[in-house]
Amino acid sequence: MPSLIATSVSADPLVQISDLNFAYDSRSILSGINITIPRGKVVAIMGPSGCGKTTTLRLIGGQLRPTSGEVRVAGQVVHECDDDGLYLMRRRMGMLFQFGALFTDMSVFDNVAFQMREHTNLPEELIHDLVLMKLHAVGLRGAHKLMPAELSGGMARRVALARAIALDPMLIMYDEPFAGLDPISLSIIGELIRTLNDALGASSIVVTHDVHESLKIVDYIYFVSEGKIVAEGTAEEIKESQAPYVHQFVWGEADGPVPFQYPARPYGEEMMEQPSKPRRWWS
Amino acid sequence: MNTAQKLLRQLGHQVTERLWRLGFASRFLLMTVLYSGTALRRFHLTIREIYFTGVLSLIIILVSGMFVGMVLGLQGYDTLQRYGSSEALGVLVALSLVRELGPVVAALLFASRAGSAITAEIGLMKATEQLSAMEMMAVSPIARVVAPRFWAGVISMPILAALFSAMGVLGGYLVGVQLIGVDEGAFWSQMQAAVDFREDIMNGVIKSFVFGVLVSWIAVFEGYDADPTAEGVSRATTRTVVTSSLAILAADFVLTAFMFRGI
Repeated sequence: MPSLIATSVSADPLVQISDLNFAYDSRSILSGINITIPRGKVVAIMGPSGCGKTTTLRLIGGQLRPTSGEVRVAGQVVHECDDDGLYLMRRRMGMLFQFGALFTDMSVFDNVAFQMREHTNLPEELIHDLVLMKLHAVGLRGAHKLMPAELSGGMARRVALARAIALDPMLIMYDEPFAGLDPISLSIIGELIRTLNDALGASSIVVTHDVHESLKIVDYIYFVSEGKIVAEGTAEEIKESQAPYVHQFVWGEADGPVPFQYPARPYGEEMMEQPSKPRRWWS
Repeated sequence: MNTAQKLLRQLGHQVTERLWRLGFASRFLLMTVLYSGTALRRFHLTIREIYFTGVLSLIIILVSGMFVGMVLGLQGYDTLQRYGSSEALGVLVALSLVRELGPVVAALLFASRAGSAITAEIGLMKATEQLSAMEMMAVSPIARVVAPRFWAGVISMPILAALFSAMGVLGGYLVGVQLIGVDEGAFWSQMQAAVDFREDIMNGVIKSFVFGVLVSWIAVFEGYDADPTAEGVSRATTRTVVTSSLAILAADFVLTAFMFRGI
């Protein structure tokens, strides 16, 4: 499949994933993955739950090691970095977790200030101004004194976004940023992903299964199914695609290449079988 | 495979599993000590945890110490007066507390009150991806979360055990001297003459320090190793209390055997 993105970007992508394979013990999660994240672009990795999208993010962040193949970030092979090298690389990355993962014992302000205090020697006055700037960018400057428990789901996600961009990262990764949000929050987060990426001159990877919101904001899309890239293209190409898998996913059809039924033995055979004993709490 | 073979296989599996886990826990302790620079350099992180683990455990420790001392006063008087040595009540109360009951009971209470809280907190941080978030922010969770809690437990434990013993002696005094009427001068002077600083008090301090290391180690490890689910955190919390209690009692026997071998 020709990579359309290759023609539109510089020869020096920020993230280059080549022939990546990953397995938990003998269970294969990703096989033969090739993904390019150009500088300055927003790229989505889409696919059904459990297809290996979040695993891909963890491999890029160095939280997992590939079984074979490699992930290069800014020219460095991630799994070849030692702890110090990895931590140095992560200082230039930001990650938004699915439910924010805010530190519950810290206020909104302290959450955003966390990395600045850990990694810089900036005076507290400057940190104060920077934190308020970051919170202003996500529309929550007025909430800086609140605790995470006092925030709605959408607000928590926006605070987590402010925290992710605290040190102006070169790469921002989003793990299911739209999950469980109301339409207004969803639209705000989508817009923020795009505007912050362009304002910071960063590159973004959005792992999601929300087709309609992400098609509005991303430059390029990879579709993953059962650990493999099955389709890729720009938002327009994806919308017009007649490939059965892409069509089913984009239009939310219940049956298709991704079957409605979980794999099972023939129906008749299973109905004739003696029922197994119910599982007891001690078993 | 017959039943005996199955049992043997299951036993082997259990032993291997536990040995593997012990090895993992030991490596985790080593990592915690190696990554303790941040906790000790930025001591306010450890101070904050001392407040949560130590200061907030004060009430239960002080009240329990008082009651244990009062019971010792009653039981001790009942036994000693049969031999006409009720004036030795102070010695009995003090030695029982500083050598044995102070460190052991305070450690058991500490494991239930603070150890379980540490495990639940770290386990929930793991379940809500806060530890992963920290890693992705290039901050080691072992240095930032685990080490301060570990050292807070190690520092708090001997202080809590000392306070437990002090309250116990006070409880023994209230019951023995104020309630029953044992001679006050004999109570304090015999205690002062019989309790040796090195043999009794320092050995108690060493014990409580060892218990502090054990409880804190188990609590932080169980939290860090918990399955990131509600059930996983609940199981880890239970394991902390059970394992810590057994470890305290076993270590107490070993330490006592070494410390008081000449007596």
